[in-house]
Amino acid sequence: MTHVLDTIPAAQAAGPAAARRPWAGLALPLALLGPSLVFLALFTYWPVAEVVWDATHEVTRRGTRFVGLANFAALFADPTFQRALLNNALYAIGTVVPSLVLALAFALALNGAGRVRALMRAVFFLPVMIPLVAAAALFLFLFLPGIGLIDHHLARLGLNGANWLGDPDLALAAITVLTVWKNAGYYMLFILAGLQAIPDEAKEAALLDGAGPWQRLRYVTLPALRPTFAFVGVIALLNAVTQVDHVFVLTKGGPSDATKLLLFYIYEQAAERYDAGRAAAATVVTLGLLAALTALSLSRSQGPEAAR
Amino acid sequence: MSATSSGPVTREVTPHIARWVVIGLALVWAVPFWWMLVAAFRPAGSGADASLLPSLTPTLANFAEAWASADFPLYFLNSLVICAGILAVQLVTASLAGYVFARLDFPGRGILFALFLVQLMLVPVVLLVPNLKTIAALGLYDTLPGVMAPYCATAFGTFLMRQSFREVPRELEDAAMIDGAGWWARIRLIYLPLTKPALVAFSIVSVTSHWNEFLWPLMVINSPDRRPLTLGLASFTLSAEGMQAWGLIAAGTFLVSLPLLAAFLIFQRRFVNSFLASGIK
Repeated sequence: MTHVLDTIPAAQAAGPAAARRPWAGLALPLALLGPSLVFLALFTYWPVAEVVWDATHEVTRRGTRFVGLANFAALFADPTFQRALLNNALYAIGTVVPSLVLALAFALALNGAGRVRALMRAVFFLPVMIPLVAAAALFLFLFLPGIGLIDHHLARLGLNGANWLGDPDLALAAITVLTVWKNAGYYMLFILAGLQAIPDEAKEAALLDGAGPWQRLRYVTLPALRPTFAFVGVIALLNAVTQVDHVFVLTKGGPSDATKLLLFYIYEQAAERYDAGRAAAATVVTLGLLAALTALSLSRSQGPEAAR
Repeated sequence: MSATSSGPVTREVTPHIARWVVIGLALVWAVPFWWMLVAAFRPAGSGADASLLPSLTPTLANFAEAWASADFPLYFLNSLVICAGILAVQLVTASLAGYVFARLDFPGRGILFALFLVQLMLVPVVLLVPNLKTIAALGLYDTLPGVMAPYCATAFGTFLMRQSFREVPRELEDAAMIDGAGWWARIRLIYLPLTKPALVAFSIVSVTSHWNEFLWPLMVINSPDRRPLTLGLASFTLSAEGMQAWGLIAAGTFLVSLPLLAAFLIFQRRFVNSFLASGIK
């Protein structure tokens, strides 16, 4: 929607003074944008420049010298980093796909009025409202081997439990389960909104044509939800990279690097190994991934309508 | 909500099965919360940590002990200061920038707006290593302002305010201009009062995300007495885990989660709409 009001001339907006001095029209906008721009410069633009500089330089006692891509070569040669990349890819797939499928199922079943539906929507949404560390604190006991909630009840059913967080083959899956539990309700919200935007006539027409539930889902609902899924998918992918708080409480990246995710790796290099070059190179790689992801989503949807 | 959307009048089996599956999943989803409540009110040493049946002799002892063993009131205050501080600055920066992008026309507006939107992708938490250096250089390491600073400019807030300022009838501003109102008076007396829903929506999203934040404060804060709730809960949990004090962990988690959970349950509609607004991109 193009707003007629967007096209008002600068002179009118900034008062008669601007008509005499064309550059005076810039003073007010820049003054009002100033506070935001200062903070953006300090904490969004500058850190990108700094991290690129840090990644391509080595600081020694004799001074700083340019080392080109040496930090990146060392980074990609580090088996722990390779493992972190792989883990994060698995974690992204393992969280995004089930969360979106479940969110769709929740939304389809709970769309509409009624107290029971409202209550169940709230149940699915509650995990979104608690901090990720709080969720991790709860799951610490759920995943506890032997006497924990899951193992205790498995044993009562005569099944063997497992050391969910201590077994390198299971730990990443356990973390993934926690994330799906935490985030599915958030994505459900957007799909519910998307469902309500589908005109009733479309569903009724499909019903009259004798379409069964799966056909209606396949040919009416899912096509209408495509923009919603594109948007929610990007959010879910971003979350898979940027939210690692539960790793700190539950596994600290272990056992044997099984739950080391990119951001946790960066934290470790910076705060525990004090390897600034390595941490910076890993940050640059992560930023590159995020940029590629965003570019992909922008090219597939029409992009934020703000880009006009 | 129309009746047709709450289920067609057919005798199809699939949607019914799906509905029962979702009801089952809702029960599964509620289990961690249910355990938290049951365990938090259970007397310590009853040896039934994994039971989901409420204790017949509920007690507040776990809460008392959690309250006493970690400095939760102080953590609570720190979280409150951080969230309020971030929000106060954000409301100013986002309103000013939103007004500029909604109503002023000047060369380079598109480029500047794109520069703002970059922040949606370069989430501050990914930039934690270089940002920590900046914070240290500014002398803000181990301070609450250091936790707040990277969030003071907000692309999301600017975008949201720009959208809602555009809905305000232009004639109102023109009339005020004729009366000699300056830009600040026009924003304060015309735009802000007419865009309260957007301001509330933004506030809810902002406070929720910063109340729940962990990694960035972990980087910035060193002194135990400056920890926000999330950091306090993490260290409290790790020490209680050593003592196998699961009831204590449940009580601590409950205390930390309660403010936002309660706010959500009371103002559900508002929260849901706010989170939906965060998806307007």
